[in-house]
Amino acid sequence: MTVTPAVSLPTRRPLFRRRRLLGWLYQGLLVVALAALAYVAIGNLQDNLAARGLKLGFDFLWREAGFEIAFHLIPYTASDNYWRVFLIGITNTLLVTVLAILFSTVLGFGVGIAQLSGNWAMSRAARIYVEIVRNLPQLLHILILYNVALRALPAPRAAVNLGDAVYLSNRGILVPALTTDRPGLLAIAILVAVIAALALFRSLTAYAERSGRSVNAWLPSLAVLVLLPALTVGLSGAQLGVSLPQLKGFNFAGGWVLVPELSALVIAMAIYNAAFIGELVRASIESVNKGQREAAAAIGFGWWQTLRFIVIPQATRVLLPPLSNQYLNILKGSSLAVAIGYPDLVGVFTGISINQTGRAIEIVTMTMAVYLAISLLIGALINLFNHMTRIVER
Amino acid sequence: MTDAATLPAGRARPSSASPNAPLGRIVSWLRRRIFASWRDAALSFAVAAVLGGIAWAIVPWALFDATWSGASRADCTGTGACWAFVTAKASQFVYGFYPPAERWRANIAFALLVVGLIWLMVPRLPGKRHAALFMMVVLPVATFLLLHGGFGGLAVVPSDQWGGLLLTMILAVSGITFSLPFGVLFALGRRSRMPLIRWFCIGFIEFCRGVPFLTVLFMAIVMLPFFLPSGTKPDPLALAVVGIIFYEAAYMAEVVRGGLQALPKGQYEAAMAIGFGYWRTMLHIILPQAVRKVVPGVVNTTISLLKNTTLVMVVGLFDLLNIVSAGVSDPLWAGSQAEGYFIVGLVFWLMSFGLSCYSRAIEAGFARAERS
Repeated sequence: MTVTPAVSLPTRRPLFRRRRLLGWLYQGLLVVALAALAYVAIGNLQDNLAARGLKLGFDFLWREAGFEIAFHLIPYTASDNYWRVFLIGITNTLLVTVLAILFSTVLGFGVGIAQLSGNWAMSRAARIYVEIVRNLPQLLHILILYNVALRALPAPRAAVNLGDAVYLSNRGILVPALTTDRPGLLAIAILVAVIAALALFRSLTAYAERSGRSVNAWLPSLAVLVLLPALTVGLSGAQLGVSLPQLKGFNFAGGWVLVPELSALVIAMAIYNAAFIGELVRASIESVNKGQREAAAAIGFGWWQTLRFIVIPQATRVLLPPLSNQYLNILKGSSLAVAIGYPDLVGVFTGISINQTGRAIEIVTMTMAVYLAISLLIGALINLFNHMTRIVER
Repeated sequence: MTDAATLPAGRARPSSASPNAPLGRIVSWLRRRIFASWRDAALSFAVAAVLGGIAWAIVPWALFDATWSGASRADCTGTGACWAFVTAKASQFVYGFYPPAERWRANIAFALLVVGLIWLMVPRLPGKRHAALFMMVVLPVATFLLLHGGFGGLAVVPSDQWGGLLLTMILAVSGITFSLPFGVLFALGRRSRMPLIRWFCIGFIEFCRGVPFLTVLFMAIVMLPFFLPSGTKPDPLALAVVGIIFYEAAYMAEVVRGGLQALPKGQYEAAMAIGFGYWRTMLHIILPQAVRKVVPGVVNTTISLLKNTTLVMVVGLFDLLNIVSAGVSDPLWAGSQAEGYFIVGLVFWLMSFGLSCYSRAIEAGFARAERS
């Protein structure tokens, strides 16, 4: 709004200059516009639904789905209902997300540290990797992995054998599987062991800092981590075994099969997101002032001490918010699974189930709600973390 | 692995040669950065071997052993790439199913785009405001009229025949040109003092950032038609464009908000002191500075928008990636995935990398302008 300045100041400001009034006017307009839009849209919706003989509602969730799903973590048959399909979509999406986060973090930290390498060849190679990978669409990465790289692998009979434990073939990647007759007990034991080991590690390092003594915190923590589940298995008499994949006829038996769709998706997403994580890691380490490292060297810190007590704590504070953002991108990117037929939430629920039931509004809303809930939850955790680790000025 | 960042300085060994002589400098650099220790030397050779191996595999495949022309996959008898696939299908990759007799119209649209981009992106050319107006009004209207036709003797070409690179460019350019202004509006709204407007903008931005782009596309194409007047048959391409614009506008808004927050409060107060109203303050004082600060972020969002356009293949539009995938399923050319994806990758890589180089160049220009 351009207002030419008045020559003589008016005693009463004109209407369009009164900010508060104008503010209420704008907001009123927004509310009216949204209400009108909603009114028209709902009217249209009723017309459209009536014309197609549809009704809104979630009753379809209890109907039999009637289609097979190639890969599922929880039991499923074609006679299960759409609610089950929804749950399978969520677990499959979470599985891909967790695996992709795991591998892309490992690869990304490698790429980030390699970029900072004093060795010119290493840092150049990492730079080339980042510049090639992040400028290609993620979907292209996935299609190349699935349609070119995995197709080029041999059939199961001639599978690439890595130490008789891992096999690569065009039917997927086979890895050894842990078998037990008491999975629940084992899971609880491992969970307890992880928590106990973390607590022990923290209290030992805290003791070391308090007392000024050098305490080895790693060994006892690792011992707890390994011994606790081992003792549980030994005392409870649970059967524990490792099932190695073995070639039987034309295909494999035993082991855990990562179907080609899952393998391609996880590898492609790891490669793609590692480029971004590598950049974040590089930037976070570079953000630590050089003087900090020099000061550490001046008080006699060695390489590991400098890293552990000076660089990592400061870099982490810079790294974690964008890194968790990148993890959210991995969650959202996992929806590309639909392009290669991996049954993730979008593929199996938003894709197939809409085609089968025609319930576009309900299904798209449910799908978005799942992603939104996870994103907001993680966002809240990030904010909490930022709040806890902010620098307290003294 | 050696990492300079975590090591104390002083890995460099003093070179025996004089550091001023060119040869001495090279030798000293080599000693420092390539052969600092036997471990470094081994690492350098290992990296060189890996990179060399990759080049050794790709270059002969792509160049020396490749077949450049032929009528089907059967003509590609060599061990290298079958570029005959790409040369035979090139016009389809560029125009999709656009009728061959009408492709001159698409060529004019491409030419208009190139003119607009050069005008907007070359810093020395004058009249940037007109260029922006051209990109936001003239180009979309002219492109639509030209491609769609239906007037002055031009035959109607419905949008389901548009495809290939043409469609990718339509999605990307309209997405970029409109997501930035909408993003600015949402960013201003998010910082507004009016609570209802602020809540609306926060809700919209956080919603878009919390869901995958693919679900927004599904919403635009499958769900939105339910809310439009019954009887209308909305165009999937138009719905996809609307989806892209609003989704990316949310990301642009967050980028621009970063720039707004980085400006000192004094800028607002100074503008107010000389009697500027809200819009004049924003347009003349705040936004020009804020947008300058966030050029890298805007370009990053632009690149991700460009890459995201490939997702329209899931909802059945034939963008460049989808038309190449369709070409591969042609029985004549079965098994040409590698060649097809290579070309798609090359096109996207050149565009994305070009954009990021351009962003670095204008950042450097801004930095020079600040110093002088």
